[in-house]
This record gives sequence, C-alpha cells and structure tokens, in this order.
Amino acid sequence: MSESFRQGVVVKPYERLNTEQLELLHGASLRILEDPGIWCYNKRAADLFKQHGAEVWEETAHEAAFWRIRIPASMVEEAIVSSPSRIVLGARNPDNRLVLDAELPRVYFGSGSEANIWLETEMEEFASTRDKERRIKAPRHTEVRGTTAHLARAAKLCDRLEHLDFFIRPVNIQDVGINVDNHDANKFFASLNNITKHVQAGLTDLDKLNDVIRMAEIVAGGRDALRENPVISFIACLFKSPLQLVDDTADKVFAIVEAGLPLVISSSPQGGSSAPIQEAGMVAQINAEILAGVTMTQLIKKGAPVIYGSVAVRARLDDLHDLYGCPEFNHYNVDSVQLARKYRIPCYSSAGVGDAKVPGMQALFEKMLTHTYMAMTGAQYIHYAFGLLDRTNTFSPLQAVLDNEQIGKIKHSARQAKVDASTIDDVLKMEKQVMGTSHRLFTRHARKALHAGDVSDPYRFETKGLEDRILEQAVSFMETLESDPAPHLDKDTVEKIFTEVPGILPQLKQSA
Amino acid sequence: MEENVLLEKIADNVIQGRVEAGDEGVEEGLEGQPAVTELVTEAVEKGLDPKTIVLKGLTTPMEDVGKKFEKGDYLIPDMLAAAECVGAAMDILSPHLLKSGVESKGKFIIATVAGDVHDIGKNIVAIMLKGAGYEVIDIGNDVPTDRIVKAVKDHQAPFLGLSALLTTTMRTMGDVIKKLEEEGIRDKVKVLIGGAPTSGDFASQIKADAHCRDAFQAIDALKNVA
Repeated sequence: MSESFRQGVVVKPYERLNTEQLELLHGASLRILEDPGIWCYNKRAADLFKQHGAEVWEETAHEAAFWRIRIPASMVEEAIVSSPSRIVLGARNPDNRLVLDAELPRVYFGSGSEANIWLETEMEEFASTRDKERRIKAPRHTEVRGTTAHLARAAKLCDRLEHLDFFIRPVNIQDVGINVDNHDANKFFASLNNITKHVQAGLTDLDKLNDVIRMAEIVAGGRDALRENPVISFIACLFKSPLQLVDDTADKVFAIVEAGLPLVISSSPQGGSSAPIQEAGMVAQINAEILAGVTMTQLIKKGAPVIYGSVAVRARLDDLHDLYGCPEFNHYNVDSVQLARKYRIPCYSSAGVGDAKVPGMQALFEKMLTHTYMAMTGAQYIHYAFGLLDRTNTFSPLQAVLDNEQIGKIKHSARQAKVDASTIDDVLKMEKQVMGTSHRLFTRHARKALHAGDVSDPYRFETKGLEDRILEQAVSFMETLESDPAPHLDKDTVEKIFTEVPGILPQLKQSA
Repeated sequence: MEENVLLEKIADNVIQGRVEAGDEGVEEGLEGQPAVTELVTEAVEKGLDPKTIVLKGLTTPMEDVGKKFEKGDYLIPDMLAAAECVGAAMDILSPHLLKSGVESKGKFIIATVAGDVHDIGKNIVAIMLKGAGYEVIDIGNDVPTDRIVKAVKDHQAPFLGLSALLTTTMRTMGDVIKKLEEEGIRDKVKVLIGGAPTSGDFASQIKADAHCRDAFQAIDALKNVA
C-alpha cells in the first residue's frame, strides 16, 4: 500500500479556551462521569465498566432494568492515553486515503448525514409582468424522498467534488424494497460502487455487520487488506443526551471494535434541552459523553481506533428545533476540538448546517459562519459540510456543489502562512528586480505562485453583470460533473459482492 | 547550437515568460538557464536573420500564448511575462531589423494624464504593445498636457495612449486632444484612451479615436485605427 493520502489543509488552530479553561472543562467532564455518572441501558456495557472497576448498580424505571455507572477519572485518563492518536481511513483509490493525526491540525471536509429529503433543482425562465421581453432564470425546487438511486448519484457527484475528502451518506434510502434487513447492504453498496473516497456510515442492523464487512473486504482485496486500507468506517451515537448509554448502539460498538475497524463515538446534545445552553455546561457534558464512549472502546480493546465525535448543537428557543448556523454552535464545537487535541484523539466535528430550506443567501450565511470557524479549529474530520439544508433534513446536490466551492476557498484561507527564510530571499530578490524596471509591476512574478496553486481562483460562479446568476451557473456546473461516468467497481468485484452479500437491490448492479 | 534549436529555445522561453537567465518559468527548475535575452543575443551574434528570429522565435510563440490565454490555461501574468520577453528581444533586434529595412509597427506615446499618478493599467498596456511590435515610448504618470503634446510632436508618433483612473483627471484627456487640435497635429495621431472611469461614450465625447477596456482591446483598436 502506498503512503499517498489526501492533503486536506493543515491550519494553525484557532482556540477559544485558555489552559485554565481547558482544564476546568476537562475536570468538569470527569466529575460528571463520577457524579451523577451515566445511565446505561446495556448490560454487557455495564458489566464491562464494572469489571474494570467502575461503581455500577442496577435500577429500574418503567419496569425495565438499567445500570447507573460512576466512571472513575483514572479509568477515563487511561483510555485517553491508550486511544491511538493517528488513524488512517482507507479508500478505493489510495490517493484518497485520509490520515487523521491528532498531533497535526490537518482538516478534511466531508458530507453527512442521512437526510430523508432529496432536493432536485432545475432552472426555469420567468418573464417580467411589465415587460414580457425581460426574462430571468430562477430555480424551481422539488422535494422527493431519498432512494438508493439518489444515494448512488450523491456518491458519484461527491467523487467529483474536489474539496470533499470523505463520504458519509447524505441521504437516507427509502425505496420500495428497502427494509431493516437490507438497509445496510444497500447503503454501503450504493456508496462504495460510486465513489473512490472513504465511506463512513452508521450501522442500521447489528446482524448485518458481517455482511457489510465482507463487502468491504471484497472491495479492499481481503480481510487483511481491509484492516490496512479500511475503505469503510462507522459512526456510533452511543449516548442519548443527557448521559444515557443506548442499548443497541452499545452492542454495535462492541461488534465494530471487535472487528477492528475505525469508529467515531459521536454525541449530539442540544444546548437548551438535552444539555445546558451555556457554553461551559454544553461542552462539559458532551465531552463527558464522548469520553465515556471512548473509554468503553478502550475497555473492549486497548488501542482500538476511535475518533472523538462532537456534534454539539443549540436549540432554537422559539420551537426547540436544532439551530446550527449560529455563534453558539461555533463556541461549543471549537471548544470540543480543543479538548480532543488535548487528549490527542482525532476529532470528528461538524460544519455547514443551517435552517435554510433552499440554496441561497441564508444558506450561504449559515454555512459560511460554521464552515469558516470550524476549518480554523484544526478538527481533523468535519462532516455535515456538503449539501445539507433545512438543518439535516434535506440534501441538495446543487447545494453540495456550492459548498464545494465555498469550502475550497475556506481551505485556501486557512492554509498556514508561507513565510520562511527562503521566501524572504525570494521577496528581496523580486523587489530589487521589479524596481529596476520602468513599469514596476509584480504581475509577471505572480506566475510561480499561480502555477503552484498558491493563488486562488475567483469565485467559480461569479456573475459579471447586474443579474445574480450564481445558481444557474452552479446548476450548469453540476450537470457537467454529473455527465462523467460513475467510478464503478469492476465487474468481477460487483459479481462477488452480489454473490456473497444478500439483499442488494438488482438495479444497483452496475460495474465498470 | 543549431539555428532551429536556438529558435525553438527562444520560442520556449517566450512561452515560459523568461526574460533573463535568472528568471523563473512556468515550469520548475529553469532559473540559471539562458533565457530570451541571452538566446536572442546569441542568435544575433551567430548571424541569424532577425526577421526569422522575430517570426519563429517571437511571433509564433506569442500567438500560442494568446491561444492559451483564450482557453484560460494562461492568465494575465503569463501574457505579460511573454510580452516582456518579446519586448526585451525587440530591444536587441530593432537596430538589426532597421538595417534589414524592417520597421516597427509605429511609435506609441503612452502617459497617465496630469494630476493622476495611477499607472498600473498604463504599464500593462505598454508591455503588451511592445510585445505586439510597437515602439512604445512611456513618458510616465502625472504628465502635463504640454509635455504629452510635445512628445507626440518630437517623436512624430502616429499613436498616443492616455490613461486616467480618476473621474477628476479623465477630463484632462479632452484637454490633451484639444491641445493636439490647437497645435494642428490632431489628424496625424490616433488617440486611444483607457482607465476605469472611461467609456466608449466618453471617448466619443472628447473626440478620442478609440476607448480600450484593457490591453487586449488596445491591440485590437490599433489594428482598426491604423
């Protein structure tokens, strides 16, 4: 396996917390895990914590048993130390692999996260009511339920989006014929057969984990090849906030860790309902939940590849829905990234979600607010970043294309400064050279930087006239991207998957 | 070095935009290798026909650069670098071309008018026109009207380019044209104007011969007014 991987962008991290504040939050999280501790609804997990020295006792609510667990600080600290700081996420194309190194603020952006609605957009021409000759084009949007075809289309498009580094299925599959039994096989196959970048998803049915792993092994080239180049990884939202460890997710965590594949332990409390709205309270609690999950993975298997997953969100106080595109989102998540860095655990974070229902100014504002801030944090793995609208309810391929352009510019902005002795030598030489000419223009000397990719292009969808044609141009660009053939797996691989993995819909059987 | 190899090297260096050996190119690692100045000097010393040098070493690659620009492969810095190369080569070749009976496309006086020190646009136009084969005489910025008119007279220049960035100074372009009329030489010189606040309407209003939005339009305009 080559050592190639996607470059993402290495940033100089922006941090909100000083050392004292960081330690205060860390200490608060440890104290929360000791008292009140967690409410665990999975016996095996409770036994695991007990076996390693946590105080565990059984209680009953609504005629069902659950376990209260006080996790000692020392157990958490040990788990933090044993969690790997460097995790490689594989990809069908080795050049698309990701290196998540907690010691290096290299930022990758990717999609997410299982929206039920697919938003189709076409441009339509409208005539002025005052002057029929005066016409403009405006978008007409249509909402449809997501299907495997949509997921395949999203994967194919995302393969072509140059600034998208990894793929979390952005749309839920709801075709006729999709059920719990075949959900996992279809969502992973529709993804893997249409994108050469890393594929990550939650697991719908624990019983289907082996099928999914077998599929990934066939794609990667065998059992060992998959562990060396894990073309898939998993997300487990282990906690239902506040502090309740979910039964079936705990079982999935056991199975995935035992299978030796990378796993995100994510938590998504809502400030103002399932967590305090105040920054300190939210961050202390989400950190406690994530640390408890990380601890569980390390108790199952020391050194298990686990990623610190923070998806802290605020409640709107007019309807208690999630509010993502707001300053508090940045506060919560910037702090969480800083905590993950302190723990030397790679960080899965979030950006690019808002309340906007369609592509446009509101979507741009909400996304820019969080895309920019979260890029600056140095979080290794930022999901939700492409195409989401209406919070996380809708995926718009057009919005993904717009987000790609925006994220490209943000990645460029976040690059570290290129100032060293060598660049200063070049500058001094250039100043002398240009001042020796009659025209005193530095334009010619922009070429080296230009061709090295150090100079950004203008906004791809810019409009030069008085009409705003951004969406029209983005639709056109999307059509160009979508006209390329899909990067399907070869025929033998597809045949093997269909032979060995049951339940994949026949219409997905496409190969290179 | 054989004649054809030398001409190809000159052409390559125009495309790379390398005026002198110390210059970088579009590609890595060219610094230190002979560039257009050194190669054209060598060609002249070896007795190559200056017209052949212009045609094969300068004009053809400059056309290639123009095509790359139109396709979006090259941007303004690449065009300017190539034009600077041609300009530098023409400085070396001009006396030899004259001996062969070949003249430049004509003298082009260029200036930013009085009260205005902005000269980026004017300088870009100067570089591009020199690269296009004109003998460009750049008399600077904030140039009083009388000095502009005197330069036209002294050089008997058939072309004059005036630049201004400010709405307050662009009116001075009209003063220059009036002065050319008063001196009785307006019909002997084509006046091109440019600069952010200027327009085709403004050019008509002050009786200029052409308005140029950018350096490329200037080259086209010259073809039309010549």
